[in-house]
Amino acid sequence: MTTLSLTARVPARRYLLGAILAAWVLGHALLAGRDTLALGGAELTPLHEGANQAWDTVDDNRNSNPFFLYFFNYVRLILDESVRFVQALISQPSFGRPVPVLGWLGVVALAAAVTYIFGNIRVALLTVAGFVSFGLLGLWAESMDTLALTLTAVAYSLAVGIPLGIWAGLSGRFNRFVTPVLDFMQTMPTFVYLAPLTLFFLIGPASATIATMIYAIPPAIRITAHAIREVSPVTLEASASLGATAAQSLRQVRLPLARRTIVVGVNQTIMAALSMATIAALIDAPGLGKTVLKALQTLDIGAAFNAGLAIVIMAVVLDRATTAASRRVETRRRTGREISAFFRRVEVGGALGIAAVLGYLSYTYVWAAEFPAGADLGSYVRRAADAASLWVQDSLSGFTDALKNVITYGLLNPFESLLAGSPWWLVFAVGVSIAALVGGLRAAITAAVGLAALIGLGLWQDSMVTLASTLVATILVLALGVATGVWIGRSDRADAVLRPVLDAGQTMPAFVYLVPILGLFGPTRFTAIIAAVVFAAPVAIKLVAEGIRGVPPATVEAARSAGSSSWQLIGKVRLPMARASVALAANQGLIYVLSMVVVGGLVGAGALGYDVVAGFSQHQLRGKGLAAGLAIVVLGIVLDRVTRAAQVRTVRLGVIKED
Amino acid sequence: MKDQPVLDVRGLWKVFGPKPERAVGSTLSRQELKERTGCVAAVRDVSFAVRPGEVFVVMGLSGSGKSTLVRCLTRLIEPTAGEILFDGADIRKADERHLRELRRHRLAMVFQHFGLLPHRCVLDNVAYGLEIRGSGRAERYKRAREVLELVGLTGFENSYPDQLSGGMQQRVGLARALAVDPDLLLFDEPFSALDPLIRREMQNEVIRLHREVGKTMVFITHDLSEALKLGDRILIMRDGALVQMGTPDEVVGAPADDYVRDFVSDVPRSHVLTLRWVMRDALPEEPLDGPELDPDLVIRDAVRVVLSADRPVRVVRDGELLGVVTSAEILEMIAR
Repeated sequence: MTTLSLTARVPARRYLLGAILAAWVLGHALLAGRDTLALGGAELTPLHEGANQAWDTVDDNRNSNPFFLYFFNYVRLILDESVRFVQALISQPSFGRPVPVLGWLGVVALAAAVTYIFGNIRVALLTVAGFVSFGLLGLWAESMDTLALTLTAVAYSLAVGIPLGIWAGLSGRFNRFVTPVLDFMQTMPTFVYLAPLTLFFLIGPASATIATMIYAIPPAIRITAHAIREVSPVTLEASASLGATAAQSLRQVRLPLARRTIVVGVNQTIMAALSMATIAALIDAPGLGKTVLKALQTLDIGAAFNAGLAIVIMAVVLDRATTAASRRVETRRRTGREISAFFRRVEVGGALGIAAVLGYLSYTYVWAAEFPAGADLGSYVRRAADAASLWVQDSLSGFTDALKNVITYGLLNPFESLLAGSPWWLVFAVGVSIAALVGGLRAAITAAVGLAALIGLGLWQDSMVTLASTLVATILVLALGVATGVWIGRSDRADAVLRPVLDAGQTMPAFVYLVPILGLFGPTRFTAIIAAVVFAAPVAIKLVAEGIRGVPPATVEAARSAGSSSWQLIGKVRLPMARASVALAANQGLIYVLSMVVVGGLVGAGALGYDVVAGFSQHQLRGKGLAAGLAIVVLGIVLDRVTRAAQVRTVRLGVIKED
Repeated sequence: MKDQPVLDVRGLWKVFGPKPERAVGSTLSRQELKERTGCVAAVRDVSFAVRPGEVFVVMGLSGSGKSTLVRCLTRLIEPTAGEILFDGADIRKADERHLRELRRHRLAMVFQHFGLLPHRCVLDNVAYGLEIRGSGRAERYKRAREVLELVGLTGFENSYPDQLSGGMQQRVGLARALAVDPDLLLFDEPFSALDPLIRREMQNEVIRLHREVGKTMVFITHDLSEALKLGDRILIMRDGALVQMGTPDEVVGAPADDYVRDFVSDVPRSHVLTLRWVMRDALPEEPLDGPELDPDLVIRDAVRVVLSADRPVRVVRDGELLGVVTSAEILEMIAR
């Protein structure tokens, strides 16, 4: 009975959806431009002014309010000093010296020794090459600043994340408590918490460290907890049967068995931290991110590319080094014990000895402390990038303009006009009814509350403009994700070729994408959309490919033996069976796209992204920036809930249909 | 005194589900119990005693509760009701510390899927039980080497578990259990994951070890031939309850119900039953000067003597004539 009624309702829902959209288009045609709640770039609502005043009040009482005096200011002090200390070691003049404690030679030697001891000789060489290239690009001090911030944030993240992860792995109750918190931390677009953090911790290293930690702790906790929980229950039972205490089982069974996975968590934490440490340039964090940001603001493609290249190199070095370390955990135990213990000591001692000697040289002599200025590749890179960008803009303009125009006029403008040009009550009603149709009652309530909040924040029209480009970017992401994901899912060769590219795409800090895209398309909203698509596509592609691969070979074989063509196999067997993965890809794609909204604001996308960016730089727009950040979060929550509810529904309907 | 049981289990229950105490003592079937209370009785009212030096086999199909039963014995799973007297003291009353001491010194278990520590070499795996109870390095390695020799793994001390075959991994599991010199060894289907040839080899190994070290063993299996081969006594479980308990020839020769009868129907009876099961009283006119045989001799081993004798074979224990066997009884037995 349920089968019948539910399957019978599907076409009805589809017609209803069509009717709603038709009514919307009709309403738009008749009422365009009325009640759109537009707000000019410099206009403020009372709420925004109130936020400004509140901010000023906090600023005035920063040194008298007990909360600040005894908590926030101490946290700020400790974090600032931690970062400054590492900076003093490797990047900034310190302790009355004109140069840092360790000069370039010492840093290179130490990094090589560490990667050699925990990894292998190949990553050590890669590390040397990578670090030397920072100097050659003329960005030694900036690179070391970024490294200092990243390493400090990683140290704190791991110090907090691994114990919490172990706890979550051991205690189901704590795990249930912490999981939604982590979900929230990870779905929150990265840029929006920068501004509130500066309210409490001022701009500078402390806010940057905390922002980085918010972004980098979730993978540390999640992966550690997963590793601890996944330890074979058979082994644990055997250990218990021999009379091991809980502490003994943790130390001698769980932790050693989880170590390899925990190192993977360390890798993820480092990559997340690097990504965020560059983004934190928006709140004046030192380092490469600042160079990129400055170059983006002045549209200096060459300088942006140069610094972007350094970030990519750092990402590659850190990724390879930690990956090699996690492999080593695996291989080390294979070698014979007695022989390796001796060799190992010689190896470690030798590597550290060389590093110590070179470190001493760099402490003492100027030539080893300051990277030789003569060996400058940076200016060549800058000029070459400028030239390439110009050439591309000139000679590919036919193609890029066509792409830009098709998407702008074919998708973006109609969407934007529908969403931002219709009366707010019409869009509100349409949004809530669509949410109700695809996601059910709870999704509809979420949508109603969220949309009302957008009105309350005074940023309705900006939110609708941002929503329009977000939806366009998501559609592109999903199209790309399904096409490429199906290809990768079906062909091992495509998988072998494309997967490293996708992996690299995911490890790159978000800033870096902007540079070549800006070079191609110039500063427009379209650039922002493409940057978001490039950022979000790898995740969507991987999820779809995973779903396609998960289709049982027996089913495919059966369909083929029944005479299905390749396209029928894809359309009637693989994609329907991978439906859950495609729905998840849509959800994740949305979240990723949304987290690029603020980055888009840097390169010409207006609306919420611009509001947030302007809030960083202009005193009187701080309150509005805060509200815009909140609006992005609200959009994120609404879109996440509605797509998730829709996802649950499609999967459930599918199951019933298959019965 | 010598016959005081090592392990005496009385009225043991293990019920999974909400408010498990309610189901204790219930006589409902498993299905009915599940429907009425939402509880599953994995072990229901099982009692048995294991004598010193005995190999006691618990046999049943999957889902019969045998693995739950053996875990209840060391409280890896907490029993719901009943007593588990180990050397006269109830394990269920032991506090956590005392229980840990029992596990460290007096009980040891061998697992179906080995449960070895993949990050430790064989020697460290075998020494693990000694390590956690605080033995010094030299002492525990010495003991571990001894035990490895006993199970025939000398030369593999520095190998890692995943470099060994399944049979060798289980030898490591066996050595780990033996290393702590326990009074009672528990085996939870230790050879089910092994292929048939290796399984037979390991069964012989257990028989050899039992002869050499004389440990009391509780052995869980779903394999009837394994049970008959190893067990001094066999307990058959079905749906959590005890169906029959007895020596191998009692189980085969006098099944308690149709379930057990069906179960043992494929067993070649002459391999299990003894002369005691086929002998009859001597007829008045029969000559009583034939060869003498022991009543506990398995029929298979008596066939040649009986068939080649030209007169009835006498079954004698301690000089007393218990009965006679002729080729007629043997042939009837084999033909059945």
